[in-house]
Amino acid sequence: MNAAQEIAPVNSPLRRSVHVAETPAPRSPDGSLPAAPLELPKLKVEKLNAWYGSNHALHDVSLTVPARSVTAAIGPSGCGKSTFLRCLNRMHELIPGARAEGTLLIDGKNLLGRDVDPVELRRRVGMVFQRPNPFPTMSIRDNVAAGLKLNGIPGNHAEVVERTLRQAALWDEVKDRLDASALSLSGGQQQRLCIARALAVQPEVLLMDEPASALDPIATAKIEDLIHELKERYTIVIVTHNMQQAGRVSDQTAFFYMGDLVEVGPTEKIFTNPSEKRTEDYVTGKFG
Amino acid sequence: MSRLRWRKAVDLFWTVVSGAAVLAAVIPLASLLWLVISHGAPGLDLGFFTSLPTPVGEPGGGVGNAIVGTLFMVGLASLFALPVGIGAGIFLAEKGDGKLGGFVRFTAEVLSGVPSIVVGIVAYGLVVAHMKRFSALAGGVALALLMIPSLARSTEEFIRLVPQALREASLALGVPAWKTSLRVVLRTALGGIVTAVLLAVARAAGETAPLLFTALNNQYWNSDPFQPTASLTVQIFNYAISPYEDWHQKAWTAALVLLLLVGLLNLFARFLSRNRLQGAPR
Repeated sequence: MNAAQEIAPVNSPLRRSVHVAETPAPRSPDGSLPAAPLELPKLKVEKLNAWYGSNHALHDVSLTVPARSVTAAIGPSGCGKSTFLRCLNRMHELIPGARAEGTLLIDGKNLLGRDVDPVELRRRVGMVFQRPNPFPTMSIRDNVAAGLKLNGIPGNHAEVVERTLRQAALWDEVKDRLDASALSLSGGQQQRLCIARALAVQPEVLLMDEPASALDPIATAKIEDLIHELKERYTIVIVTHNMQQAGRVSDQTAFFYMGDLVEVGPTEKIFTNPSEKRTEDYVTGKFG
Repeated sequence: MSRLRWRKAVDLFWTVVSGAAVLAAVIPLASLLWLVISHGAPGLDLGFFTSLPTPVGEPGGGVGNAIVGTLFMVGLASLFALPVGIGAGIFLAEKGDGKLGGFVRFTAEVLSGVPSIVVGIVAYGLVVAHMKRFSALAGGVALALLMIPSLARSTEEFIRLVPQALREASLALGVPAWKTSLRVVLRTALGGIVTAVLLAVARAAGETAPLLFTALNNQYWNSDPFQPTASLTVQIFNYAISPYEDWHQKAWTAALVLLLLVGLLNLFARFLSRNRLQGAPR
């Protein structure tokens, strides 16, 4: 199943790093928003490399994502930003011939290791895809509860459905027709439904792969408002083609180019005073 | 202006040609329906569905046992063929990209091209020769062998039609791969698979050759899988090759009954697949 695990030797330095970084990241006891959110690492990526067959798509990417913040990955098509995102919940390795190596620490635990079941990682790192992909055979209600039902997680599903639909700012629009097919919703509603579905399994990190690129401007604005609210509770990594969107929603921006992480820093700095020439050329629209 | 007229003339010519082709294709179907209905309908009454066959010259009687026999053997065949065929289809769709998958796919293709009379002989050798008797079981095995390849291929195709995005959506929720296959992918493809099952059943119900020397025939009611069993198709065959006028009439009427049965199955399958397409994403 996982080509990367087959190929990386057990005693490689990448594997060793598990033991180095065993200390869990500090967490505020009451779960409140820390004063300086950029200082608390939720996600730490070290020397991440990814391949599609022999095509080396990501080179030695190292990046820290603070808890309860939004990190945006930007860059031209084919720069590796989506590959990077898909490595974070190991969806990358589902593509035949694809593999990834490196360290992916969540709260200090490596989740890219051979002994880690990707299923465990995916329960902690949820994902929203580019195109809304609700389950067509299920009702709105069942779509939101799908993660709980399919994983056999007991509890008050009705309560979870309402709470996550409220979080996704969709409750008022669908509360009277929860049993209708998910396909009866508009594209923007479907995408918010997919966000609710991802939130229902209570992930710690939420990955968003161009979540608004298939939506109209009004639906896009709703998704962006939603991202602002969600970062109070979740750590978000978003891939976007749209630099204005990155500027609007993110605290930290990472610029990818040709498989390299060129530069990462506070969003304001990346857009106004980048250190790298390539970043400046991209954000000022000289290429892309 | 003359150019426009020329284009219109060419357009008219080809419209007529293709219209004629459509007519040529529809005429055989329409005349088949007309022949079967016009010859068969006069003998059709309630008794024809419920009575046992009568000897030559005796009026009344029907093919009740043959209708039941056909349904019984198609049921047995489905019992054998559905798990194997659908299971193979799931395998082909999920893990069928390697050498083994190619081999299975090739085998299914060859198997679906085997003439049904050959399948009948194989079932004879496998079941009848060993049990030393003709039986509904042997007929069911023969029909199952015919159903499996088409079931496997169409199940595979319907599963492959399920967008990869749905599989990813489920996996991203932390649902294990096997559960994703079963409860998301297979569930989404279910409408199509049910359609494929109905079409395979309809095809099996219309087969004669595999039953001739497996289930043989039976003049009486039978619900024992180890006894020879009547079927509509073999009954039609026997009536049609007989020299008796009243049996010929019964052959037409039995043909009409078979046509109705198969036609209903097809219509139902079409109805289901239309509903499924309306509900499909994008």
